[in-house]
Amino acid sequence: METAVLNSTTVKKSNFKSEEYFINMGPQHPATHGVLRLLLTIDGEIIKKVEPDLGYIHRSIEKMSESNSYQQIVHLTDRLDYLSSHINNEAVCLCVENALELEVPERVKVIRTILGELTRIASHTLWWGVMGMDVGALTTYFYGFRDREMINDIFEETCGARLTMNYNIPGGLMQDIHPNFVKRVKEFIPHFRSKLPEYDRLLTGNIIFQKRTKGVGVLSREDAINFGASGPVARASGYSCDVRKYHPYSALDKVNFTEALDTAGDSFARYKVRIAEMWESLNIIEQLIDNIPEGDFKVATNAVIKLPKGDFYQKVETARGEFGVYIISTGNKNPYRVKFRSPGLSNLSLLNHIAVGGKIGDLVATMATIDIVVPDIDR
Amino acid sequence: MNNEALQQTILSWFPDPEFPQPQFTEEGSQFLNLSTEPEQLHELMHLLKNNPETHFDYLFCLTGVDYGKELGVVYHLESTVHRHIMVVKVQTADRENPILDSVQDLWATANFHEREVFDFFGIKFKNHPNLKRLFLTDEWEGYPLRKDYVDETNMVVK
Repeated sequence: METAVLNSTTVKKSNFKSEEYFINMGPQHPATHGVLRLLLTIDGEIIKKVEPDLGYIHRSIEKMSESNSYQQIVHLTDRLDYLSSHINNEAVCLCVENALELEVPERVKVIRTILGELTRIASHTLWWGVMGMDVGALTTYFYGFRDREMINDIFEETCGARLTMNYNIPGGLMQDIHPNFVKRVKEFIPHFRSKLPEYDRLLTGNIIFQKRTKGVGVLSREDAINFGASGPVARASGYSCDVRKYHPYSALDKVNFTEALDTAGDSFARYKVRIAEMWESLNIIEQLIDNIPEGDFKVATNAVIKLPKGDFYQKVETARGEFGVYIISTGNKNPYRVKFRSPGLSNLSLLNHIAVGGKIGDLVATMATIDIVVPDIDR
Repeated sequence: MNNEALQQTILSWFPDPEFPQPQFTEEGSQFLNLSTEPEQLHELMHLLKNNPETHFDYLFCLTGVDYGKELGVVYHLESTVHRHIMVVKVQTADRENPILDSVQDLWATANFHEREVFDFFGIKFKNHPNLKRLFLTDEWEGYPLRKDYVDETNMVVK
């Protein structure tokens, strides 16, 4: 049988067409960090449109909250952004305490802040490990988890759980801190200070990593504000928005720290902001750990908490940005309506804006620096 | 700007007493609350965002609420220049076909949040470029976060 010989003169260029096509990224893609489906419209390798398809793990926590008591709602919130679980719990407790005009002891405020900053470091170390993995450097994952384990051990000892801690209750804390708590946190601070430069040596200064992230997924300050961005994503674009600075809660008004800011707005800037935040969190913890005031770890509340009639809003800074709790109360033991303002949904909404025109590989790097947690988006 | 000054500034935009005035209340809330009519919503929001004195350029929370008889939306606004916060509330009594103006052209973040409100409350936003369900499937019947929603198959209510 004769093989067909491709004659170069018969193949005209016009036979090749350029056509856009759809491709699914997710819902089971390792780079989407959970069950997030992205519908990509692609021309060759160039992204024309990114459309997130959400709801794969929507649990309707807002509706569930309407039939639960205020103590119970706290436990639902660490299933939102599970890497900021302590800070989410704190937000609900602060909102309820403000509504009740309940003053919690200084000891509670300081412990909450220390644990909140430890949560932020734990979340950022995990992000750092995954960030490296997403751009092809698997080693970072083990470095990140090595340091995160130390924090999780501290959580386990004091809170009884490693991830969804449920340590906050309206009025204070579940129980007092473990006797080892101060010692172990003080061991962790110098340990992590010696390990953070390792992070820089391994990944930050890596030329391949820099080429993958510099100038990729650029977000301007105007767009960051327009899209409701918050947290490291907004701060890397030069929008100063740290809730800990502008609306300090717990013991954050007593500590000195610098808000990590950058102006480049690209993936590398978002990366640098998170690294800088880990240093700052260490500074905050160091200022507080020797000065935990004596006193009670909670104030008594009624067994059935009823908020006065009205609207109550509390914003906090989680590892991902501004998390808000909005409670509408009619004076009952259950809230009339609860809304959780998740940083992830707003940060995700700008993905299309910054990914269009780039390549699929760049989208993965950009998504890693936006640092989405899907349960936080789906709620 | 404090709440008092904000209130005076906003009232000065509506000098005609015949025209429906925005209603202010601070009762039961730590922020200044402003209630407006659906017809006025977009114009008011445009002024709140673009007036240099108010400059509310950051929409940080958009909430749908079922008040029982009415359906409403609550907007939490912050100014990145003045750092003041206020709340705008709007309600519509039409439960069958609730329509409000979209503010997506003023704040891009409203795009997803309005879709979420449409998904769970069925409020339609006029001039929204892509108004479809955000979390639920397109075939889903009803709007689950409404108070009168009944679905024995998919929901367990104590």
